[in-house]
Amino acid sequence: MSLPTGDVIGILADNLRLRKSVLPLPTRVATKWTEGLDLPRGGETVLYTGMMYQLIPYIEGLVKAELKFGDSWLARYTGLGRKVNRVVNISAFMARPSAAERALYNQVPIDVAHLLRRAGVQFGALYEDDLYSGALAYDLGADGVVAEHARRVQVVFKKHGVQRVITIDPHTTTMLRSVYPKVLDGYDVEVRSYLEVLAEKGMTPSARLSGEVAVHDSCVFARYEGLVDEPRELLAAAGLTVCDPENSGRQTWCCGGPVESLYPAKAAANAEKRVAQLRAAAPDAVTMCPMCFVNLSGAAGETMRFKDISQYLREAYAS
Amino acid sequence: MTVLVNPALAAELERSDEFNADACMNCGVCSAICPMGVDVQPRVLFRYVLLGMEERVTAEIEPVFSCLLCKMCEENCPSGVHIAENVRTLRHHLNRTVFGLKEG
Repeated sequence: MSLPTGDVIGILADNLRLRKSVLPLPTRVATKWTEGLDLPRGGETVLYTGMMYQLIPYIEGLVKAELKFGDSWLARYTGLGRKVNRVVNISAFMARPSAAERALYNQVPIDVAHLLRRAGVQFGALYEDDLYSGALAYDLGADGVVAEHARRVQVVFKKHGVQRVITIDPHTTTMLRSVYPKVLDGYDVEVRSYLEVLAEKGMTPSARLSGEVAVHDSCVFARYEGLVDEPRELLAAAGLTVCDPENSGRQTWCCGGPVESLYPAKAAANAEKRVAQLRAAAPDAVTMCPMCFVNLSGAAGETMRFKDISQYLREAYAS
Repeated sequence: MTVLVNPALAAELERSDEFNADACMNCGVCSAICPMGVDVQPRVLFRYVLLGMEERVTAEIEPVFSCLLCKMCEENCPSGVHIAENVRTLRHHLNRTVFGLKEG
């Protein structure tokens, strides 16, 4: 059983409006990845996380709580929870990932920063001003709240003199590149995924990898942004044998993640179907979106190994 | 069976040029390839909108919000229907009319 749809959407939208993220994170958690990298604050080009990777272990904690509460008498009080959440951030209490879970997702922006440096890209970071993009609220149709939040992000970019943004995950990429221009006036920031930047640089691997890996294309990268070739080029140049599963490229099969916040059981069932396709292609699989990673690796359990593409690329190009 | 019709529904949902439910020719490709096997398919929802059957739309909250917005259907739609954006538009409508979500 799921929690009441309207109340869950209300809580997520309230959080974005009041706390700048669908699930607010403490600043020290959101910026942990920058420690030791000595990145300049702001500048013309910045690496922008949109907090997506940092958020995933917290969203997972929330989904687990939702699965537990959805079947209990507490589900009837979700509406009351929404009212309380406007005053006290109760969603934060429900999601408490372990240090190991947080470190796993924090490693991705760290690896991407090292890769960009190895490619000779000059870039800064926005630290506490690296805000969530509003992706989940946009998908849920909370357009007014998202437009208001996008204006905050636009102000931040202007404040730091940002002209070019390098993104990591597909959801932040499509929000900043394809959605913001439709909802903001005078938004002219150039947005590119780090995979596009690295592929264009034509990097030479410093360590050669081997083995077969099944590529799971993100729906958003493949069908929203047309980003299909770059990850394959980078993985193949690193020495890996790229294996395409039954549905790949623009015909990729969704991991189920987009409905996880509302209908976790449906999301899990879809992930199991996709894992079967990937397992038939190769023993290991690569993802390029944190939502795909968490859904598919969770569905696969011990039956196959998943890695974010940044981990393979760091090993090959910036080890 | 009595159905209350709101003839202005389609016009109310046309927030932008991207909403194009009227391009759907009801061929069923979206229904055949939906990864989620959503109970009520986009073509049926869009038909409700075009016919002004607002009560039918508001009765289908779970199918509307179960859509992954993955665009598998849109990628293969022979009529170029903006299925994901159309579904998002329905969500926006339900947020306001059913859930009372205040904007901004």
